[in-house]
Amino acid sequence: MLTAVAIAVDGLGFAAWLFLSSVGLTLVYGVMRILNIAHGGFYALGAYTSAWAIGLYTQTGSTIALTYLIIPLAALAAGLVSGLLVERGILRFMYGRDEVLMVLVTYAIFLVLEDATKLIWGTDSYVSYQPAYWLGTIDVFGLPYTVYKFLIVGVAILVGAALYFALNHTRTGKLLLVVIEDREVSSALGINVTLFFTVTFVIGATLGALGGALTAPEISVVPGIGAEIIVMAFAVIVIGGMGSIGGAMLGALIVGFSRAAFVHLYPPAELFSIYLVMAAVLTVKPYGLFALSESRKI
Amino acid sequence: MTKSFDKTEWGLLLALPVLICLTFLLPAWVVNYIQVSLGTGLVALGVMIQMRAGLVSFGQGLYFCIGGYTAGLAGKFLGISDLFVLLVMGLLASVVIAFLLGFLLRRYREIFFAMLSLAVSMILFGLLSSTEELGSTDGFNLPQPTYLGWAPEGDLGETVLYVVTCVVTLGLALGLNRVLRSPLGYINEAIRENELRVEYLGTSAHRAVHITYVIAAAVSAAGGVLWAMALGHVDPEMTNWTTSGQFVFVSILAGTGNIAAPLIGTFLLEIVRVYAVEISPNTWQMILGTLMLLTIIFLPRGLWSLIASAKRKTAAPKASEIMEGN
Repeated sequence: MLTAVAIAVDGLGFAAWLFLSSVGLTLVYGVMRILNIAHGGFYALGAYTSAWAIGLYTQTGSTIALTYLIIPLAALAAGLVSGLLVERGILRFMYGRDEVLMVLVTYAIFLVLEDATKLIWGTDSYVSYQPAYWLGTIDVFGLPYTVYKFLIVGVAILVGAALYFALNHTRTGKLLLVVIEDREVSSALGINVTLFFTVTFVIGATLGALGGALTAPEISVVPGIGAEIIVMAFAVIVIGGMGSIGGAMLGALIVGFSRAAFVHLYPPAELFSIYLVMAAVLTVKPYGLFALSESRKI
Repeated sequence: MTKSFDKTEWGLLLALPVLICLTFLLPAWVVNYIQVSLGTGLVALGVMIQMRAGLVSFGQGLYFCIGGYTAGLAGKFLGISDLFVLLVMGLLASVVIAFLLGFLLRRYREIFFAMLSLAVSMILFGLLSSTEELGSTDGFNLPQPTYLGWAPEGDLGETVLYVVTCVVTLGLALGLNRVLRSPLGYINEAIRENELRVEYLGTSAHRAVHITYVIAAAVSAAGGVLWAMALGHVDPEMTNWTTSGQFVFVSILAGTGNIAAPLIGTFLLEIVRVYAVEISPNTWQMILGTLMLLTIIFLPRGLWSLIASAKRKTAAPKASEIMEGN
C-alpha cells in the first residue's frame, strides 16, 4: 500500500517536472520543425539563474516568501535573453534547412550554452533548498512530502491549461495553428511567420528555463543537468508524438509513473526504464501516440 | 564491384607505411593521439556511411561501447587477452545486436531514426551505469593485449598495438570504400535522395538500410575494441549520447565525401581538444560548438569539400559534378 502511494505521488511529481521541462521542446518542434537540443541548455540556464538569485536573496535574510516570485522571474530573464540571442543571432539564418541538420545546429548551440553556463557560474554546485522547505511537508497516507512538490504539479497543470487556452481560444493562438498547418500558405495570407517563429522560440526557451528554475530548489545544480534533461525530454515528446502538447502531457505521465514504479520496485533499472518505455511505445506506434499526420511526398 | 583500386584506396595503402613510420619519428604522445583517434575514427566512419543514406545515428556510441565492453568482459571473466580474438568477439556481438535492432530501426527515417538510435544507446548507458559488478559509472580496466600467444611488453607492446590498430583501421576503411562503391552504396545515396522512387525501381530500401546499419555497427565495435585496448579502460560514458554526438560532429565537420575524411577529422579534433583543454578547460565545448556552426554555415559539405573543390579546379569537370550543379 505504502509503495503504491509512493509510486503514485512520486510519479505525479516526476510527470509534472517532465512536462514542464519538455512542453517548450514540443511547442518549438510543432511550430518550427526544429528538434531543439539547446532546450537542455535553456533548462540549465534557468536552473542556475534561479539557484543563484535565490542564494543572493536569502543572504539578505529577508522573508523566504518572495523567492517564489524570484523563480519565475529568473526563468523569464534566462529564457528571454538566451532565447532571443539564439533565435535572432543564429537560428533565423538557418530556416528552411533540413530537419536533421537543424538538430545538429541546435546541438552545437547546446555545447556553446553549456560552456557559457560554466563560464558564468563556474563548475561548483549551487544549492537553494529554501523555497522547497519553507512551505513544510504534508502527509499523504503517512508518507511525508514537501508541499513544494505539489506546487510544481499545480504549475504544470496551469502551464498546460494556459497553453491549451492560448492556442485554441485566442486569435494569436489560432493564427499559430495555421502556421503549424502550412507555413507557406499562412505567409501568403499575410501572417508574419518570422515574428511567430521568434515569439514561439522565446516562449519555448522560457518554458525550458522555467522547468529548470522550478527544479533548482529540489536538487543541487551542477554542470551536466542540461544533457540529462534533454534526453528525458526527448523520450517524453517522442512517446507523445512530437509537436503535440497533449502528447507531451501523456508522455510525461507515462514516463513519470514508470520511472517512479522502477524507483520503488527495482531501483537499478531506474535509469534505463525511461528509454525502455520509449523504445516499447515506438515499436507499436512508430511516430508517437499523438503524431501529426503527414502526407508522403513523391 | 570493380577489382581495381581507386585513388582513395591507393591513398589508404600508402598511408599505412607512413603511419607506421610515424611511431619512430614523432613523440610518443602524438602517436598515442593518432592511435586513439583511429579507434574513434572508425566509429565516425560508421556514422558517415549511414549519413550517406541520409540517416543520422545519434546513438552510434552504442556499438562503440558494445565493442569496448565485449573486449573488457572477455578479458575480465574469460581471461582472453588476444587482440584478434577480442576483435572477432566484438564484431560478432555487435553484428548480432545490430541485426536484431535493425528490424526495428530500419522502419525509421530522419529525426525518428536519430531519436530511436539515441534511445537504444541510452538503454545500455542506464544498464551499465547501474551494474555495480562492472564498476557502474567508473567502468573497469582491460588486460594487456597479446597477439596469437605472443605477449610483447613495455614500449614494444605499445608499438605493436599501434601497428595492429593502423592495419585494422585502414583495412576496414578500405573495405568500407568498397561498400560505398558497391550497388549497396549507390542504393544508399538514392535512398537519401528519394526513398519512394528507390522502392518503385524494385529495390527494398528497408533491406539496404538494415545491411548498412549492421555494417556501421560492426565497424564501430571494432573501433570500440581498439580504443579500449589503447586506453586499457572502458566506462559507460562510451554509450552516452554526448559521446555519440561527437561522432556525428566529426562526420559533419569532415564531410561524407571521402572515406578518409572522418579519420582525418577525428585526429584534427583530438588535437584541437588537447590544445583547447590546455588553454582554457571550460571553453572546449564552446570551441567545438562554434566550429560546428561555422562548418554548417560556410562548408555544408564538410572540410573535405575544400580538398575536393581544389582538385576540381585543376581537372576537367566530370558529368556527375555537372549534375551536382558545380
